[in-house]
Amino acid sequence: MNRSTRMWHLGALAMATSLALAACGSSESDGAASGDNAAADCQEQNLAFLGALTGDAGALGVNMVNGIKLAVEEYNADAECPVGLKEFDSQGSPDKAPALATQIVGDDTIIGLVGPGFSGESLATGKTFFESGVPTISPSATNVTITDQGWTTWHRIIGNDQAQGEADARYLLDTVGATKVFVIDDAQDYSKGLSGVVREGLGDAEVGYDQIQVKQTDMSSVVTKVTSSDADAVFYGGYYTEAGLLAKQLRQAGWEGTFMSGDGSQDPAFVEVAGEAAEGAVLSAPAAPAPEDFAARVEESTGSAAGLYTTQSYDAANIFFAALESGATDAQAINEFIGSYEGEGVSGPISFDDKGDIETSTIYAYMVTGGELDLENPTPIE
Amino acid sequence: MDFSFLANNIVELTVTGLALGAIYALVALGYTMVYGVLQLINFAHSEVFMYGTFAVAWVFVFVHGRTPSTQTLGETIGLLLLSLVAAMVVSALIAMLLERVAYRPLLKRKAPRLMALISAIGASFALAELMGLRDRVAGWVGLRDDLDAYVAKARDTYSNPVTIQPQTLFEVGGYGVKDVDVMVILASLFMMLALDQFVRRTRFGRGMRAVAQDPESAALMGVNSTRIIRGTFILGGLMAGAAATLYMVKIGSTRQDAGFILGVKAFTAAVLGGIGNLRGALVGGLLLGVSENYGAALFGTEWKDVVAFVLLILILLVRPSGLLGESLGKARA
Amino acid sequence: MGPVRTALDAMARRWAGMPRGARVALVVLLAAFFYVLPLVRPPVVTTQQIDFGGVMFGIAAFALVAVGLNIVIGYAGLLDLGYVGFYAVGAYTTGVLTSYQFHWSFFAALPVAIVVTMITGVLLGAPTLRVRGDYLAIVTLGFGEIIRLAVTNVEWVGAAAGIKDIPHPPNIGPDPEPPFGTGGLFTIPSLSWDGLVPSVDTGRETPFLVFGAVSAIPYYWLVLTVLILVLVADRLVKDSRVGRAWEATREDEDAAELMGVPTFRFKLLAFALGAAIGGLSGALYASSQGGYINPQSFPLLLSILFVAAVIVGGAGNRWGAVLGGALVAYLPERFREFSDFRLLVFGLALMILPVYRPQGLLPPRRTIRARAAQEEIDELEGRESAQKEVL
Repeated sequence: MNRSTRMWHLGALAMATSLALAACGSSESDGAASGDNAAADCQEQNLAFLGALTGDAGALGVNMVNGIKLAVEEYNADAECPVGLKEFDSQGSPDKAPALATQIVGDDTIIGLVGPGFSGESLATGKTFFESGVPTISPSATNVTITDQGWTTWHRIIGNDQAQGEADARYLLDTVGATKVFVIDDAQDYSKGLSGVVREGLGDAEVGYDQIQVKQTDMSSVVTKVTSSDADAVFYGGYYTEAGLLAKQLRQAGWEGTFMSGDGSQDPAFVEVAGEAAEGAVLSAPAAPAPEDFAARVEESTGSAAGLYTTQSYDAANIFFAALESGATDAQAINEFIGSYEGEGVSGPISFDDKGDIETSTIYAYMVTGGELDLENPTPIE
Repeated sequence: MDFSFLANNIVELTVTGLALGAIYALVALGYTMVYGVLQLINFAHSEVFMYGTFAVAWVFVFVHGRTPSTQTLGETIGLLLLSLVAAMVVSALIAMLLERVAYRPLLKRKAPRLMALISAIGASFALAELMGLRDRVAGWVGLRDDLDAYVAKARDTYSNPVTIQPQTLFEVGGYGVKDVDVMVILASLFMMLALDQFVRRTRFGRGMRAVAQDPESAALMGVNSTRIIRGTFILGGLMAGAAATLYMVKIGSTRQDAGFILGVKAFTAAVLGGIGNLRGALVGGLLLGVSENYGAALFGTEWKDVVAFVLLILILLVRPSGLLGESLGKARA
Repeated sequence: MGPVRTALDAMARRWAGMPRGARVALVVLLAAFFYVLPLVRPPVVTTQQIDFGGVMFGIAAFALVAVGLNIVIGYAGLLDLGYVGFYAVGAYTTGVLTSYQFHWSFFAALPVAIVVTMITGVLLGAPTLRVRGDYLAIVTLGFGEIIRLAVTNVEWVGAAAGIKDIPHPPNIGPDPEPPFGTGGLFTIPSLSWDGLVPSVDTGRETPFLVFGAVSAIPYYWLVLTVLILVLVADRLVKDSRVGRAWEATREDEDAAELMGVPTFRFKLLAFALGAAIGGLSGALYASSQGGYINPQSFPLLLSILFVAAVIVGGAGNRWGAVLGGALVAYLPERFREFSDFRLLVFGLALMILPVYRPQGLLPPRRTIRARAAQEEIDELEGRESAQKEVL
């Protein structure tokens, strides 16, 4: 016979030997502390982030990580035992998320998870985190059905689509005084949920409904529908790129009504895409404006500007730190701490109901004035 | 199905559809020419277009800075000509690079056509990612801060700071036709006419058709096929650059994946008209643009791509080699 | 690159020269090796930032898809750019039958999903396979998009929200009782490595055999088993009259038709079989660890990755397809630390590979023979081989 078979014999032998060795080895050889300045009795402990860091929605995940990084840095500045951050990039895809969740679950140094970023990932991984008891706080997954699954470890620090949609409809009817509203969304889970609630709230005031596709750039057919419906307001459920293009192309066609969208569009990038057509647009978000110095701190700490979901991520990370400071160490204690947490975060007052939804979420309307999104003076929607 | 809506707004839907279709058609030319000469789906042509859109935005940022403003088409025309040149140059260079790096080595090694497709797919990923990582690339050469206005937030949508406010040019059936749409349609028709004449009348065009018909005989007749192939890529790049300029006039924003979806549509348009056929690309592009708009009006905008692809399948069933079906080689001289 | 190529070719040649018994033994050993791989977690190979079991599941699933697509592209020579459509049909059929509209068990839904996908393949293929060559590419691409947009917009299949709580395959042994009862007949520990010294890691135990939300390894074993069965079936079909008819059709359709091969019917068969395997893998994906599917899981890009896997591996060789599928699924996960540059590097690799390996990593034996013959002719004629010049 030839050489390759001999090599297989060797390989099999090596395998058998290593299996025998395995029986003698110890399993506690990997618990070394990480940082140089770590105190001797400190165990390595980490927060995990799960969400999109690369890919189409990568910018949103980076916004979130920036918030967490700032929180970690501030905590470590005077903490006895430092906490690290492990980032798990799901690329926004529910397919990648389960394997990452398994990795998080199998990592004993992880005390909790900020995330998952999106609703799809949350639905695909919720069971994994629940069954293995890892507490999670999502800064951004707003789909209503997630908290109906009975996953007691799952929390979110952002108002769900129900609360925001109802507020948006009220705002359009009462504050804007719109009588004919055209509703558009991008057929995504988040967007459709939000626009669905808005449509319910509008009742007869809805004069039309259409769906675009994510990454669609030419909106001419929708624009025609809006202009021919004589709508005096448009509500768009979706993210800022399409929102910006829609607002711009509506203005280019000479439409003069009020453009409104939800938290997916509440980002300065909306104004960049829409240009001057953004003027007067109303963007709602279930979050109070960040304290004045917050943006500066984020910028100083991470080198990039705060964006959509940065405040929520910062708050979520701080809840875990509060849990550590209260003396909670194991997952169950941390989870109980989160459940009973009450505090004032940079995104607003925080406490959770027994489903894991945030209890009080005031919806704010942010305006675009003077060529930029005014993040400091929103109007709370009653 | 909302027939009355379609009927009431037929002019508007047709004009805006034609304008978008004209852009599809210009991009489709690149697919169709390369296919005609090499029988190769140049998957990376979408990135040639995408680099053109960035060239346009960069020219505007260079002149205007990042502050958004709104101007009419007339006020902007000079700047548009400048960016047209820039986009055509950039796109042609990218197309040339593609030919040199992703195709020529394979042709030399007589790799199977499917492998060339893989190379094209790879080039498409690499080019798009390179654009999405342009802030890093600028960092490597130490220009990250100097180029901030051009490379910051590399993965986000990058917008032309100048929004072009269309003016009504004339009215048809109660709809004011906008100058932007008219310009887009006329400019692409002009580009296509020029290309068509170039391919029909010049020595290079004759060489191109010869290679398309029978590369070996063409080589025996003294046609330098390497030069012809490179020229074909460059021509496709020039058209994609023009398309990119018109796209930025109409849409005004781009990002590193902007080419992908438009590329799929343009390729569809090329097949619809008969791949390898220049006039087919025009017919296919316009038909696709208009039918998308009609489809969106009838069934809702979420179904517009479905309408486009169903139309493609139906047409191929009736006319298996596209509407005009003629190949580049068979075009009359 | 030269040595790699030579080594791969030499391996293929040596393989062909081995006695049958040795080959069977090797294959069995190899299969056993792959079954225990996610438990052994060998250093270097094991992914550090993402669960290795989950990655292995992804690899096996991708390889299965590639084997299916290889029938369409490699055997029958039909360029299918919309294979993800079949994958989606399989996944959605399973989701609708087991969770969203009905409540069938996994094993009841699986054959239905395969049959439905196969019928979809015939419905798409019957009219469009008459379209020749690259037109088929765009038609299939359109089909893939139509399926994706349809499931995004049709409420009956869950629309944008997708389908959640898709039941897993049935467990063997007692069911788990979270959070402490792991269930299963027994648990299998895995290894952890400190350098080259392995030790038993009791923190990562896999209950045998529980299809739960916590471990992906049982799903991996299931897909691997299916993959092996499909490979055996693939071999039987390829070596039969059908396989020869495909080869004849691919090489010269007109000549094949003249020789009495009903080429259209065989192309349709390839399309249907390929679709069925795509549907099978979709069904397995739908009921995997997450138990959740939504339309975003089936983008056009995935079709293109499938095609890349088949051609990179070597279209026409089932082992090439397995290798290509495995690499396309594995490399991006292994090199996650290059997160931002993954796609860039992948793109560059796709550009470089064809230059050095124009027939794919593991070309079919026929291609190797043809090339050897060509080289021999070149040598006899005293010509410097073009290939040598390159390397």
